[in-house]
Amino acid sequence: MSASNAAHSVVEPSTGTRRFAGLLVILYAIITMVPLIWIVLTSFKSPDDAISYPPKVFFKPSLEGYCNVFTTRSRQTQEFIQTLGPPQGLCDNIARSRNMVVAGPSNYVPRFINSLIIAFGSTVLAVALGTLSAYGFSRFRVPLKDDLLFFILSTRMMPPIAVAIPIYLMYRTVGLSDTRLGMILLYTSVNVSLAVWLLKGFIDEIPREYEEAAMIDGYTRFQAFVKVVLPQATTGIAATAIFCLIFAWNEYAFAVLLTSGNAQTAPPFIPIIIGEGGQDWPAVAAGTTIFLVPIVVFTVLLRKHLLRGITFGAVRK
Amino acid sequence: MAQIRVEALNKSFGEFHAVKGASFTVDDGQFLCLLGPSGCGKTTTLRMIAGLELPTSGTISVDGEDVTMNRASARDIAFVFQLFALYPHMNVRRNIGFPLKCEGIGAAECDRRVVEAARILRISHLLDRSVSTLTGGDRQRVALGRAIVRKPKCFLMDEPLGALDTEMREAMIQELRALHDRLGATTVYVTHDQLEAMAMADLIAVMNNGVVEQIASPRDIYDRPVSLFVADFIGSPAMNFLPFRGSLQAGAQAIRLGDREVAIPTAREALVESDLVLGVRPEHVRFSDSGVVRGEIYGSEYLGTTQIVTVTTSYGALKARSPASMPFQIGVNVGLDFRPDTLSLFDQGSGRAIRTALYEGGEHG
Repeated sequence: MSASNAAHSVVEPSTGTRRFAGLLVILYAIITMVPLIWIVLTSFKSPDDAISYPPKVFFKPSLEGYCNVFTTRSRQTQEFIQTLGPPQGLCDNIARSRNMVVAGPSNYVPRFINSLIIAFGSTVLAVALGTLSAYGFSRFRVPLKDDLLFFILSTRMMPPIAVAIPIYLMYRTVGLSDTRLGMILLYTSVNVSLAVWLLKGFIDEIPREYEEAAMIDGYTRFQAFVKVVLPQATTGIAATAIFCLIFAWNEYAFAVLLTSGNAQTAPPFIPIIIGEGGQDWPAVAAGTTIFLVPIVVFTVLLRKHLLRGITFGAVRK
Repeated sequence: MAQIRVEALNKSFGEFHAVKGASFTVDDGQFLCLLGPSGCGKTTTLRMIAGLELPTSGTISVDGEDVTMNRASARDIAFVFQLFALYPHMNVRRNIGFPLKCEGIGAAECDRRVVEAARILRISHLLDRSVSTLTGGDRQRVALGRAIVRKPKCFLMDEPLGALDTEMREAMIQELRALHDRLGATTVYVTHDQLEAMAMADLIAVMNNGVVEQIASPRDIYDRPVSLFVADFIGSPAMNFLPFRGSLQAGAQAIRLGDREVAIPTAREALVESDLVLGVRPEHVRFSDSGVVRGEIYGSEYLGTTQIVTVTTSYGALKARSPASMPFQIGVNVGLDFRPDTLSLFDQGSGRAIRTALYEGGEHG
């Protein structure tokens, strides 16, 4: 009873509430992290450990998955393998222990590079277009402004895949099928509406006085935009870029439909890594783990901007 | 430095007519305050002078040169914003030097002028601080530094003290006026605060509903208001208004208020019987047993040096400024007299002041 009688703050959460909130956060973190941890663990398992039942949490780590995702191998007789010289590196060594030799590199690296080019290319394009149009919508008296903004938003009101067939036919006609440019344009057009809306909110928050002051001091509007507005919109631009990148990076359906050999990205490639006698799970897991790295790096790099306030107190409100 | 001339300036935003035919001249080195309530068009007028808005019609010239349609950067003016508009990603030194950088002035010269501006504003010790760590007053000094560093033709200020607390504002009023006297810069200053305008301006332009009602020295604005609006807007507490019906002959020295004669400054125009308003400043109301208006004391506000006594009369509540030491009892019946040579008369319908001897000898109409 004494606890309830003690003075406590109305706005500060009590210790009990905080503990409960902390518990919820930890629980949520575990739920979201477990599949990721399992993927990473699987990538270091041998194929046998990967499919063993009951699942193995403790196992002898192996780099076979990583070797398999980067190489193609061919089965040879033991006599033939013995005629070869000493194994060329770690992967060759692992392959020979399974009566195989490394035949050459797999398609994973080119697919990964495609992913990088397409995802970052479309992110840069979407954020650039989004920033310019958000600035225009935020600062100028655009005729039919609200209708235009609604139209831009309406492109997100259906799942993008609903227009897959028309886009497939269109791309085939104009020759954009299975090209990196085609995929960049496609992801840009999906992301640009998100970018415009997110960035408009951020730019609305930046007082016009900044640009006006710069324009009086001798800058043109475009210079004021670049030198004054952009530095202050960094936070918004970083957040928008992360969202755009994650979408473009993870996109699967269009990539399956529109790319095959030339411009295929990593997501449609990873699940079809087939080993001997079925799916090569450690290789799939290894491909996925490597695939996660750029997003993690990008998010960690931009985290500083995400956390920083927009104006940090230079404007008194 | 320069003369600013504004002629027949109009600005409409769609249906809304924000500024209606504003005309005035700010002479070289003069300090003009645009004063008025929110939405009266004062800021729009200032932004048109700055080139941040283009007028619907009318001309603006600086030093005889028509700049009406020039870009803001081509006008050689400095603008101080209410919210300071300091760039948060730059420190004080770079903020002040920013206009010079825009003009492409060399680093050595730029630094020399930044240091000089900082010295004038006494913020030299803050030069390498981040603007986000400064107090409101210091931020406003940095904003002023950014304005003076360029040595522009004129300064435009949009409620620069509006975001400061009272104490800081009073200090900055003195600093701003001292700075103006020192630089001799033509200044147009927008405010809704009459105390700021009275304390700093050489000339006040009172605006209402997009119209410049009166342009005059602070003294004339206060003593010789040309319209009911100006009389009402300027002064705290506001002028007392006693509505009555009457006629007036040119040369008349009194009016009839009820059944009593009230002496007024000699009338210079004749009026047929119409609705008129007698304007009396609270400090010109005296308590007198033979007073022309009688009423009951309703209450008093003690202000330290003086007190404001409210008396309910048949003309409504009248306020009188009295010495703080004078004792008053609520509910007591008193008589009120008015100082004759200070009274204003207005036409109720048009709101315009009736011409009397009061308006002769004023510095500006």
